[in-house]
Amino acid sequence: MVYYLALAAILFSLGLFGVMTRRNIIGILMSLELMFNAANINFVAFNKFVAPDALVGQMFAIFVVVVAAAEAVVGLAIVLLIYRNWRGIGTDNIRIMKW
Amino acid sequence: MSEPSIIFWILAAVTLISGALVVTLKNIFHCALFLILCLFCVAGIYILLEAEFLAAAQVLIYVGAVAILIIFAVMLTTDLAKNRVKMVSEDTPIALVASGIFAFGAIMLIWYTVPKIKTWVDPSNVPMMEDNIASIGKYLMTQFMLPFEVVSVLLLAALIGAIVLARKERS
Repeated sequence: MVYYLALAAILFSLGLFGVMTRRNIIGILMSLELMFNAANINFVAFNKFVAPDALVGQMFAIFVVVVAAAEAVVGLAIVLLIYRNWRGIGTDNIRIMKW
Repeated sequence: MSEPSIIFWILAAVTLISGALVVTLKNIFHCALFLILCLFCVAGIYILLEAEFLAAAQVLIYVGAVAILIIFAVMLTTDLAKNRVKMVSEDTPIALVASGIFAFGAIMLIWYTVPKIKTWVDPSNVPMMEDNIASIGKYLMTQFMLPFEVVSVLLLAALIGAIVLARKERS
């Protein structure tokens, strides 16, 4: 149990590091996927070690996977649109919402 | 608390190394490939935790769909050979310190509190589930009926939204 949770914690902080340092949108999206997976490992581990006869944690993880897929689809469509309008996907260039 | 098997250590090591490469490599295409490796190892960890359906869904959705989508987006947006995209920002040390503090705190918390909890089920005492996939199907059709339908509407909305966003506008 400890090892699974520790693995998820390290994976989550790797994703956090990626989100903070990456300066283009696709990199940030990939780091976000790492964080989703860390959360899912936690869900499944708790499901196994708390209530192995009820699959509620696994169900929740499945829904997380589906919503993450939807997020990736819409996010990458927005990336394409930004690239088409600005010729670049660096977050330093996108300052339309900035004062 | 039983020690995990050697397979767990291998999978965890590959997951963490490839995850670290995902967030540090300069070439974003290599990052996407290592992301696939990382997600595949996470599927292996799901199998170790006896979540077979989730492992299959992970391979199908993440490795099969999301990673391919990311690679497509990389190829459509960045000219990898010509102009390098700026990948890493100047405040890497600050981010390293912040995420390091987060990881340290979380691991300390897990290390000191989790073994003290007495209500953990020892998985070796629990009889094997009759069929993981069959019981997940039962859950989806009974207890989780409403979230299941809501999630399918969400997927439809994401599909239509992506098509509308990415299509070329007629002038």
